[in-house]
Amino acid sequence: MEPLSKTLETKPEEKRIVTGSEAVILSLLEEGVDTVFGYPGGAIMPIYDALFGYEKELNHILVRHEQGAAHAAQGYSRATGKIGVCFATSGPGATNLITGIADAQIDSTPLVCITGQVPSHLLGTDSFQESDVLGISMPVTKWNFQVTRTEEIPWAIARAFYIAGTGRPGPVLIDITKDAQFGKLEYKYKKCEKIRSYHPYPHPDERKVLEAAELINAARKPYMLVGHGVLLSGAENEVIQLAEKAGIPVASTLLGLSAVPTDHPLYVGYLGMHGNYGPNIKTNECDVLIAVGMRFDDRVTGDAKKYAPQAKVIHIEIDPAEIDKIIKTTVAINADAGHALQSLLPHIIETKHEEWLQEFRDCDEIEYNKVIQKDMYPEGEKIKMAETIRILNEITGGDAIIVTDVGQHQMVASRYTQFKQTNSNITSGGLGTMGFALPAAMGAKIGRPDRLVVGIIGDGGIQMTIQELGTISQYNIPVKIIILNNNFLGMVRQWQQLFFEKRYSFTHMHNPDFVMIGKAYGIPSEKIENKDQLKSALENLIATEGPALLEIVVEKEENVFPMVPSGDSVSNIRLE
Amino acid sequence: MSDIYQDNTEQQAEKEFTLSILTENKPGMLNNITIIFTRRKLNINAINVSASEIPGVHRYTIVMITTRDQVDKVVKQIRKHIDVLGAFVYEEGETHYQEIALYKLPTRIFLGGNHIEQLVRSHGARILVIEEEYIVLEKTGHKNETQELLEILQPYGILEFVRSGRVSISKSKRKTEKFLEELENSTTHILYKKNNNGKD
Ligand SMILES: Cc1ncc(C[n+]2csc(CCOP(=O)(O)OP(=O)(O)O)c2C)c(N)n1
Repeated sequence: MEPLSKTLETKPEEKRIVTGSEAVILSLLEEGVDTVFGYPGGAIMPIYDALFGYEKELNHILVRHEQGAAHAAQGYSRATGKIGVCFATSGPGATNLITGIADAQIDSTPLVCITGQVPSHLLGTDSFQESDVLGISMPVTKWNFQVTRTEEIPWAIARAFYIAGTGRPGPVLIDITKDAQFGKLEYKYKKCEKIRSYHPYPHPDERKVLEAAELINAARKPYMLVGHGVLLSGAENEVIQLAEKAGIPVASTLLGLSAVPTDHPLYVGYLGMHGNYGPNIKTNECDVLIAVGMRFDDRVTGDAKKYAPQAKVIHIEIDPAEIDKIIKTTVAINADAGHALQSLLPHIIETKHEEWLQEFRDCDEIEYNKVIQKDMYPEGEKIKMAETIRILNEITGGDAIIVTDVGQHQMVASRYTQFKQTNSNITSGGLGTMGFALPAAMGAKIGRPDRLVVGIIGDGGIQMTIQELGTISQYNIPVKIIILNNNFLGMVRQWQQLFFEKRYSFTHMHNPDFVMIGKAYGIPSEKIENKDQLKSALENLIATEGPALLEIVVEKEENVFPMVPSGDSVSNIRLE
Repeated sequence: MSDIYQDNTEQQAEKEFTLSILTENKPGMLNNITIIFTRRKLNINAINVSASEIPGVHRYTIVMITTRDQVDKVVKQIRKHIDVLGAFVYEEGETHYQEIALYKLPTRIFLGGNHIEQLVRSHGARILVIEEEYIVLEKTGHKNETQELLEILQPYGILEFVRSGRVSISKSKRKTEKFLEELENSTTHILYKKNNNGKD
């Protein structure tokens, strides 16, 4: 095998003939890929064979299930801002990726997934491990493409990276038939810089910018909501500048968390079904609502017909299909969040809205007295989820990347985690995929070895991808895993309690010994049940070198409040 | 804003729309477009795919009955597809359009005199083929016209009937070529340089 440096130095007139498989690897290297999460199998074996020669240049992580590969790539991407890459074989390998791809699609996470496919002459014959991956992935990818000719490989990969990473990011899938992997081509790589049918960065319309500025300048009760788009755009500073200049309280969606530091004086909290009290009810009291890089998910809006009917709505959004989809706007700026805010900022008049901000603080006090205090400093023997998060905050100082799974623990962690730095919250928002957190935490840690990565996971969710402990162990990936064990599918149980007359239909779990499982994988593991062990056990977890697992037995039938009942107005948020 | 959710009849009234979609000629495009409808449980009343006047560019003509609000959302989703060059919505009166219908009838009904032939001619249809067993009539027009003839011929025993999807040409004067040129020249493919604080 010729060294890579030679390839990259190859002058354009020199011909370099390589196999399709090697072209895949070389193309990934040209795109700056350093890590691939994957799992081999018949139809992708030529690519794995080529990979063998590039072990130094490309770090391949062998996961234990392809769903884990996709989530790990998501975690990697969300922590680094780079594009996550995964490999899988045809048929079951590819179908196992689908959950992760669907998750990445709805949460705008850039992935390039490469799947092997049966040889082209067998396509459509129900041959061994053949599935119609293009058809299956079509509704959950930003773009997909099947390569049947070796020469198409560099072109397809270049296009994949351009599409995945630009505009509103998303997952792309390239399906490569085995014969195309085996074939030879004259290798040349050209990055994709433009596709005539694709316009990822619409320019902010100057008139709309002025209209928006006018609304903001005239507002008495302006209110800003930030979403994932702010993180994806890198527009955190612009958001803070706008908030500070015009004295605007800022709240965050689940995926927008950590864009604005939790302790910022204008940060008022977390939105949505289990969000904070003030941020929800004030939505229906503000006069100008400025939504930046968010898409009015129904978990945020509750009943959309009763969502901010009094407000003039400014929507800053890169994806035109999101504008006026759920909430009709007064002014929409269709552009990248950072770009739009930079255009807007010079037109904003400096002002403050102290009384309005105070209204949020008053709501905080109500929420504190009714909910937060009891959550964070509970009485009784049993450990509660929120106090775990409180102590974790004290230990991490708000500097960790927190990766959560789906359920009560996710909502509690999102409510109570302190964030100092951006890109510190990784969770499955739009799809709500249980099993996301363990592999995503693993991917995040690989992407950001310099940061502390803590996975907070329920006893249900961890068992959906628990086999990734094998990956964590094999590569000694130093993630800290917290299992909040309530012996229930807690969030479903909460709904059964509140809306199905406590009929706990199949939500109780008889769990394995998580400590023994952890130890079987060679991961230092501990279990605690008593409150007085909580602090030291958490300190111990974080201080342990390498990966570590802590099972915390928590109150079985705890409920997460506040809560906007599904389909109700945000004004009807319940505190108890 | 609130009034959108009140009875905004203009937005909420159902009517017929013609969608004209220009795409790159890529495999799987038809599927990519139809799943957008399927997912929203929207019916496609008629669909036609053909080459456009530009090499490598296909034109989809889709007819649907829905509300303005819904059609606008669907069109945005269609435009979002990477290989879609453009998608336009037209209401009745904004396009010139035709459908073609073929009617297969037993030859014997034409033998008994010229009554039926007259009927055919008065409806602007023409005889496409005459075989021993059957005759095929062709009529081009709007759906209500081809439908009317269908109903008239029904009692004579129609052997087979088929109507094409709509083909439609907009009344706008813009050339497709010009539209593509504008796409090619637009500068929305890169993010404009930010002064500082992007990501690391
Ligand atoms: C793959 C998947 N299946 C089912 C659900 C529905 N669901 C949402 S939360 C939840 C319970 C999660 O239980 P657990 O992981 O123990 O966390 P807890 O709510 O107890 O914190 C379930 C089953 C889901 N989100 N994802």
